[in-house]
Amino acid sequence: MKVGMLCSRIRVEEKLLIQELRKRRVNLDIIDDRELILEIRGNGWDHDVILERCINHSRALYALRILNDWGLPSVNTYDVANTCGNKLLTTSALVRAGIPTPRTCVAFTPESALQAIEEMGYPVVLKPGVGSWGRLLSKVNDREAAEAILEHKKVLGSYHHSVYYIQEYVEKHGRDIRAFVVGDETICAIYRTSPHWITNTARGGEASNCPVTDDLHELCVAAARAVGGGVVALDIFEDQDRGMLVNEINYTMEFRNSIDTTGVDIPARVVDYVLQVGREREGRA
Amino acid sequence: MVAECPECAAEIELAPDTIEGEIVECPDCGVELEVISLDPPQVDLAPQEEEDWGE
Repeated sequence: MKVGMLCSRIRVEEKLLIQELRKRRVNLDIIDDRELILEIRGNGWDHDVILERCINHSRALYALRILNDWGLPSVNTYDVANTCGNKLLTTSALVRAGIPTPRTCVAFTPESALQAIEEMGYPVVLKPGVGSWGRLLSKVNDREAAEAILEHKKVLGSYHHSVYYIQEYVEKHGRDIRAFVVGDETICAIYRTSPHWITNTARGGEASNCPVTDDLHELCVAAARAVGGGVVALDIFEDQDRGMLVNEINYTMEFRNSIDTTGVDIPARVVDYVLQVGREREGRA
Repeated sequence: MVAECPECAAEIELAPDTIEGEIVECPDCGVELEVISLDPPQVDLAPQEEEDWGE
Protein backbone atom coordinates (compact mmCIF):
# COMPACT_ATOMS: atom_id res chain seq x y z
CA MET A 1 0.00 0.00 0.00
CA LYS A 2 1.23 3.49 -0.84
CA VAL A 3 0.50 6.17 1.76
CA GLY A 4 1.17 9.84 1.08
CA MET A 5 1.71 12.00 4.15
CA LEU A 6 1.14 15.65 3.39
CA CYS A 7 2.96 17.92 5.81
CA SER A 8 5.45 20.71 6.21
CA ARG A 9 6.84 20.80 9.73
CA ILE A 10 7.70 17.42 11.21
CA ARG A 11 6.50 17.96 14.76
CA VAL A 12 6.32 15.30 17.46
CA GLU A 13 2.96 14.11 16.08
CA GLU A 14 4.21 13.74 12.51
CA LYS A 15 7.34 11.92 13.69
CA LEU A 16 5.27 9.44 15.70
CA LEU A 17 2.97 8.86 12.73
CA ILE A 18 5.95 8.36 10.39
CA GLN A 19 7.52 5.87 12.82
CA GLU A 20 4.22 3.98 13.08
CA LEU A 21 3.69 3.91 9.30
CA ARG A 22 7.25 2.64 8.79
CA LYS A 23 6.62 -0.07 11.37
CA ARG A 24 3.68 -1.28 9.23
CA ARG A 25 6.03 -1.49 6.24
CA VAL A 26 3.85 0.58 3.92
CA ASN A 27 5.29 2.49 0.98
CA LEU A 28 5.43 5.90 2.67
CA ASP A 29 5.76 9.07 0.62
CA ILE A 30 6.33 12.20 2.72
CA ILE A 31 5.08 15.17 0.71
CA ASP A 32 6.29 18.65 1.75
CA ASP A 33 3.45 21.09 1.07
CA ARG A 34 5.99 23.88 0.49
CA GLU A 35 7.19 22.09 -2.63
CA LEU A 36 3.78 21.01 -3.85
CA ILE A 37 2.54 21.85 -7.34
CA LEU A 38 -0.91 20.45 -8.03
CA GLU A 39 -2.16 20.26 -11.60
CA ILE A 40 -5.88 20.57 -11.08
CA ARG A 41 -6.70 18.25 -13.99
CA GLY A 42 -4.71 15.49 -12.27
CA ASN A 43 -1.09 14.44 -12.37
CA GLY A 44 -1.03 10.71 -11.94
CA TRP A 45 -0.50 10.24 -8.23
CA ASP A 46 -0.88 6.57 -7.39
CA HIS A 47 -1.29 6.73 -3.61
CA ASP A 48 -3.93 4.56 -1.97
CA VAL A 49 -4.55 7.11 0.75
CA ILE A 50 -3.31 10.54 1.81
CA LEU A 51 -2.76 11.40 5.48
CA GLU A 52 -3.08 15.16 5.74
CA ARG A 53 -0.90 16.78 8.44
CA CYS A 54 -0.40 20.33 7.10
CA ILE A 55 0.05 23.05 9.67
CA ASN A 56 -1.49 25.69 7.37
CA HIS A 57 -5.26 25.37 7.11
CA SER A 58 -5.29 26.99 3.65
CA ARG A 59 -2.77 24.50 2.24
CA ALA A 60 -4.61 21.54 3.74
CA LEU A 61 -7.95 22.75 2.47
CA TYR A 62 -7.00 23.38 -1.15
CA ALA A 63 -4.70 20.38 -1.46
CA LEU A 64 -7.44 18.10 -0.13
CA ARG A 65 -10.01 19.59 -2.53
CA ILE A 66 -7.79 18.76 -5.50
CA LEU A 67 -6.62 15.36 -4.24
CA ASN A 68 -10.18 14.27 -3.45
CA ASP A 69 -11.27 15.50 -6.91
CA TRP A 70 -8.60 13.25 -8.39
CA GLY A 71 -10.30 10.39 -6.59
CA LEU A 72 -7.68 9.95 -3.86
CA PRO A 73 -9.12 9.15 -0.43
CA SER A 74 -7.71 11.16 2.44
CA VAL A 75 -7.71 11.34 6.22
CA ASN A 76 -9.38 13.70 6.67
CA THR A 77 -11.46 14.63 3.66
CA TYR A 78 -11.82 18.10 2.17
CA ASP A 79 -15.33 18.39 3.58
CA VAL A 80 -14.15 17.65 7.13
CA ALA A 81 -11.27 20.13 6.80
CA ASN A 82 -13.56 22.78 5.39
CA THR A 83 -16.08 22.41 8.20
CA CYS A 84 -13.67 21.99 11.10
CA GLY A 85 -11.22 24.63 9.89
CA ASN A 86 -13.92 27.25 10.18
CA LYS A 87 -15.57 27.75 13.57
CA LEU A 88 -18.71 29.19 12.02
CA LEU A 89 -19.19 26.18 9.75
CA THR A 90 -18.43 23.83 12.66
CA THR A 91 -21.03 25.40 14.91
CA SER A 92 -23.54 25.43 12.08
CA ALA A 93 -22.97 21.71 11.40
CA LEU A 94 -23.29 20.87 15.10
CA VAL A 95 -26.54 22.81 15.44
CA ARG A 96 -27.94 21.17 12.27
CA ALA A 97 -27.22 17.76 13.81
CA GLY A 98 -28.77 18.67 17.16
CA ILE A 99 -25.45 18.49 19.05
CA PRO A 100 -25.39 20.69 22.18
CA THR A 101 -23.03 23.60 21.65
CA PRO A 102 -22.59 27.03 23.24
CA ARG A 103 -24.91 29.76 21.98
CA THR A 104 -23.27 31.55 19.07
CA CYS A 105 -24.10 34.57 16.89
CA VAL A 106 -22.51 35.84 13.72
CA ALA A 107 -22.54 39.48 12.63
CA PHE A 108 -20.86 41.32 9.79
CA THR A 109 -20.30 44.87 11.00
CA PRO A 110 -18.85 46.28 14.25
CA GLU A 111 -22.21 47.93 14.96
CA SER A 112 -24.29 44.77 14.58
CA ALA A 113 -21.61 42.79 16.44
CA LEU A 114 -21.85 45.21 19.38
CA GLN A 115 -25.63 44.87 19.36
CA ALA A 116 -25.34 41.06 19.33
CA ILE A 117 -22.86 41.14 22.22
CA GLU A 118 -25.12 43.41 24.29
CA GLU A 119 -28.11 41.17 23.62
CA MET A 120 -26.15 38.02 24.51
CA GLY A 121 -24.92 39.58 27.76
CA TYR A 122 -21.41 39.84 29.20
CA PRO A 123 -19.03 38.12 29.23
CA VAL A 124 -18.84 36.85 25.66
CA VAL A 125 -16.01 35.36 23.64
CA LEU A 126 -15.00 36.74 20.26
CA LYS A 127 -13.09 34.38 17.99
CA PRO A 128 -11.64 34.58 14.52
CA GLY A 129 -13.45 32.15 12.21
CA VAL A 130 -10.15 30.53 11.26
CA GLY A 131 -7.45 30.03 13.86
CA SER A 132 -6.14 27.68 16.46
CA TRP A 133 -4.21 27.30 19.70
CA GLY A 134 -6.34 29.99 21.35
CA ARG A 135 -4.88 32.64 19.06
CA LEU A 136 -6.71 36.00 19.06
CA LEU A 137 -9.51 34.79 21.32
CA SER A 138 -11.00 37.63 23.34
CA LYS A 139 -13.07 37.34 26.47
CA VAL A 140 -15.13 40.51 26.49
CA ASN A 141 -16.31 41.50 29.94
CA ASP A 142 -18.03 44.82 29.30
CA ARG A 143 -19.10 47.32 26.65
CA GLU A 144 -15.85 49.30 26.78
CA ALA A 145 -13.82 46.17 26.07
CA ALA A 146 -16.26 45.17 23.29
CA GLU A 147 -15.85 48.54 21.57
CA ALA A 148 -12.06 48.33 21.81
CA ILE A 149 -11.84 44.77 20.47
CA LEU A 150 -14.24 45.48 17.62
CA GLU A 151 -12.19 48.52 16.63
CA HIS A 152 -8.99 46.48 16.74
CA LYS A 153 -10.56 43.76 14.59
CA LYS A 154 -11.61 46.36 12.04
CA VAL A 155 -8.06 47.74 11.90
CA LEU A 156 -6.54 44.24 11.58
CA GLY A 157 -7.94 44.39 8.08
CA SER A 158 -7.86 40.80 6.85
CA TYR A 159 -11.29 39.88 5.59
CA HIS A 160 -12.04 37.10 8.04
CA HIS A 161 -11.81 39.55 10.95
CA SER A 162 -14.84 41.29 9.44
CA VAL A 163 -16.95 38.22 10.21
CA TYR A 164 -17.71 38.46 13.91
CA TYR A 165 -18.11 35.09 15.63
CA ILE A 166 -19.62 35.78 19.03
CA GLN A 167 -20.01 32.98 21.56
CA GLU A 168 -21.51 32.96 25.03
CA TYR A 169 -18.86 32.55 27.72
CA VAL A 170 -19.30 29.17 29.37
CA GLU A 171 -17.95 28.96 32.91
CA LYS A 172 -15.88 25.80 32.85
CA HIS A 173 -14.41 26.02 36.35
CA GLY A 174 -10.82 25.70 35.20
CA ARG A 175 -11.06 22.73 32.89
CA ASP A 176 -12.48 21.39 29.65
CA ILE A 177 -12.31 18.06 27.83
CA ARG A 178 -10.32 17.20 24.73
CA ALA A 179 -11.64 13.95 23.24
CA PHE A 180 -10.18 12.00 20.34
CA VAL A 181 -12.38 10.22 17.82
CA VAL A 182 -11.07 7.76 15.27
CA GLY A 183 -13.78 6.43 12.96
CA ASP A 184 -16.66 5.27 15.12
CA GLU A 185 -14.81 5.24 18.41
CA THR A 186 -13.90 7.79 21.04
CA ILE A 187 -10.47 6.32 21.69
CA CYS A 188 -9.53 8.48 24.68
CA ALA A 189 -9.96 11.88 26.29
CA ILE A 190 -8.11 14.26 28.56
CA TYR A 191 -9.07 17.03 30.91
CA ARG A 192 -7.21 20.26 30.19
CA THR A 193 -6.86 22.23 33.40
CA SER A 194 -5.70 25.81 33.70
CA PRO A 195 -6.35 28.80 35.95
CA HIS A 196 -6.59 30.79 32.69
CA TRP A 197 -9.92 30.78 30.83
CA ILE A 198 -8.05 29.50 27.74
CA THR A 199 -7.20 25.89 28.58
CA ASN A 200 -5.40 24.80 25.37
CA THR A 201 -2.33 22.73 26.18
CA ALA A 202 -0.54 24.94 23.61
CA ARG A 203 -1.23 27.76 26.09
CA GLY A 204 -0.15 25.94 29.21
CA GLY A 205 -3.22 23.87 30.08
CA GLU A 206 -2.27 20.69 31.98
CA ALA A 207 -3.44 17.31 30.73
CA SER A 208 -4.91 14.53 32.87
CA ASN A 209 -6.85 11.42 31.91
CA CYS A 210 -10.59 11.78 31.38
CA PRO A 211 -12.51 8.49 31.46
CA VAL A 212 -14.54 7.91 28.30
CA THR A 213 -18.04 7.34 29.62
CA ASP A 214 -20.87 6.08 27.39
CA ASP A 215 -22.34 9.60 27.31
CA LEU A 216 -19.04 11.17 26.29
CA HIS A 217 -18.42 8.50 23.66
CA GLU A 218 -21.87 8.88 22.11
CA LEU A 219 -21.72 12.68 22.07
CA CYS A 220 -18.26 12.70 20.49
CA VAL A 221 -19.10 10.19 17.79
CA ALA A 222 -22.33 12.03 16.93
CA ALA A 223 -20.45 15.34 16.77
CA ALA A 224 -17.68 13.82 14.66
CA ARG A 225 -20.29 12.45 12.24
CA ALA A 226 -21.91 15.88 12.08
CA VAL A 227 -18.70 17.31 10.60
CA GLY A 228 -18.03 14.36 8.30
CA GLY A 229 -16.21 11.84 10.52
CA GLY A 230 -12.66 10.54 10.29
CA VAL A 231 -9.94 11.42 12.79
CA VAL A 232 -10.88 14.45 14.87
CA ALA A 233 -10.33 15.98 18.29
CA LEU A 234 -13.20 17.67 20.08
CA ASP A 235 -13.15 20.41 22.69
CA ILE A 236 -15.99 20.02 25.15
CA PHE A 237 -17.25 22.21 27.99
CA GLU A 238 -19.06 20.81 31.02
CA ASP A 239 -21.91 23.21 31.75
CA GLN A 240 -23.49 22.94 35.17
CA ASP A 241 -27.06 23.07 33.83
CA ARG A 242 -26.85 21.82 30.25
CA GLY A 243 -24.20 19.11 30.60
CA MET A 244 -21.59 18.63 27.90
CA LEU A 245 -21.37 21.21 25.11
CA VAL A 246 -19.22 20.64 22.05
CA ASN A 247 -17.20 23.79 21.47
CA GLU A 248 -14.82 23.10 18.58
CA ILE A 249 -13.57 20.20 16.47
CA ASN A 250 -10.02 19.92 15.12
CA TYR A 251 -9.21 17.97 11.97
CA THR A 252 -5.37 17.83 12.15
CA MET A 253 -5.24 16.97 15.80
CA GLU A 254 -2.26 17.32 18.07
CA PHE A 255 -1.90 14.55 20.59
CA ARG A 256 1.61 14.59 22.03
CA ASN A 257 0.34 15.38 25.55
CA SER A 258 -2.35 12.71 25.49
CA ILE A 259 -0.52 9.44 24.79
CA ASP A 260 1.13 8.91 28.17
CA THR A 261 -1.76 10.66 29.93
CA THR A 262 -4.37 8.25 28.58
CA GLY A 263 -2.23 5.17 27.95
CA VAL A 264 -3.68 4.96 24.44
CA ASP A 265 -1.34 4.61 21.48
CA ILE A 266 -2.97 7.40 19.49
CA PRO A 267 -0.62 7.31 16.47
CA ALA A 268 -1.18 3.54 16.13
CA ARG A 269 -4.95 4.04 16.19
CA VAL A 270 -4.73 6.81 13.59
CA VAL A 271 -2.54 4.65 11.35
CA ASP A 272 -4.98 1.71 11.73
CA TYR A 273 -7.71 3.97 10.41
CA VAL A 274 -5.60 5.41 7.58
CA LEU A 275 -4.69 1.90 6.41
CA GLN A 276 -8.33 0.85 6.60
CA VAL A 277 -9.26 3.76 4.30
CA GLY A 278 -6.39 2.79 1.99
CA ARG A 279 -7.51 -0.85 1.90
CA GLU A 280 -11.02 0.21 0.92
CA ARG A 281 -9.52 2.00 -2.10
CA GLU A 282 -7.31 -0.98 -2.93
CA GLY A 283 -10.45 -3.12 -2.83
CA ARG A 284 -12.20 -0.79 -5.27
CA ALA A 285 -9.22 -0.52 -7.66
CA MET B 1 25.25 13.99 13.98
CA VAL B 2 26.13 17.55 14.89
CA ALA B 3 24.70 20.66 13.25
CA GLU B 4 25.34 24.33 13.94
CA CYS B 5 22.63 26.72 15.11
CA PRO B 6 22.37 29.56 12.53
CA GLU B 7 21.25 31.94 15.30
CA CYS B 8 23.89 31.45 18.02
CA ALA B 9 26.39 29.04 16.43
CA ALA B 10 25.87 26.45 19.18
CA GLU B 11 26.59 22.82 18.34
CA ILE B 12 23.35 20.82 18.17
CA GLU B 13 23.48 17.07 18.61
CA LEU B 14 20.85 15.44 16.38
CA ALA B 15 19.44 12.11 17.55
CA PRO B 16 20.10 9.09 15.29
CA ASP B 17 16.38 8.80 14.45
CA THR B 18 16.12 12.44 13.30
CA ILE B 19 13.97 12.95 10.21
CA GLU B 20 14.50 15.61 7.54
CA GLY B 21 11.97 18.38 8.13
CA GLU B 22 11.86 17.73 11.89
CA ILE B 23 11.64 20.67 14.25
CA VAL B 24 14.26 20.85 17.01
CA GLU B 25 15.08 23.49 19.58
CA CYS B 26 18.53 24.97 20.04
CA PRO B 27 19.58 24.03 23.61
CA ASP B 28 21.57 27.27 23.91
CA CYS B 29 19.40 30.06 22.51
CA GLY B 30 16.03 28.23 22.40
CA VAL B 31 15.23 29.14 18.80
CA GLU B 32 13.11 26.67 16.77
CA LEU B 33 15.07 25.02 13.99
CA GLU B 34 14.16 22.83 11.05
CA VAL B 35 16.43 19.99 10.05
CA ILE B 36 16.98 20.69 6.34
CA SER B 37 19.59 18.01 5.68
CA LEU B 38 20.90 14.88 7.40
CA ASP B 39 23.97 14.35 5.26
CA PRO B 40 25.59 16.71 6.01
CA PRO B 41 23.59 17.60 9.15
CA GLN B 42 22.19 21.10 8.67
CA VAL B 43 19.50 23.13 10.36
CA ASP B 44 17.86 26.44 9.51
CA LEU B 45 15.46 28.75 11.34
CA ALA B 46 12.00 27.15 11.35
CA PRO B 47 9.13 29.00 9.63
CA GLN B 48 7.33 31.42 11.94
CA GLU B 49 3.72 30.94 13.00
CA GLU B 50 1.17 32.23 10.48
CA GLU B 51 -2.43 33.28 10.87
CA ASP B 52 -3.91 30.01 9.58
CA TRP B 53 -1.60 27.67 11.47
CA GLY B 54 -3.20 25.22 13.82
CA GLU B 55 -4.90 21.90 14.31
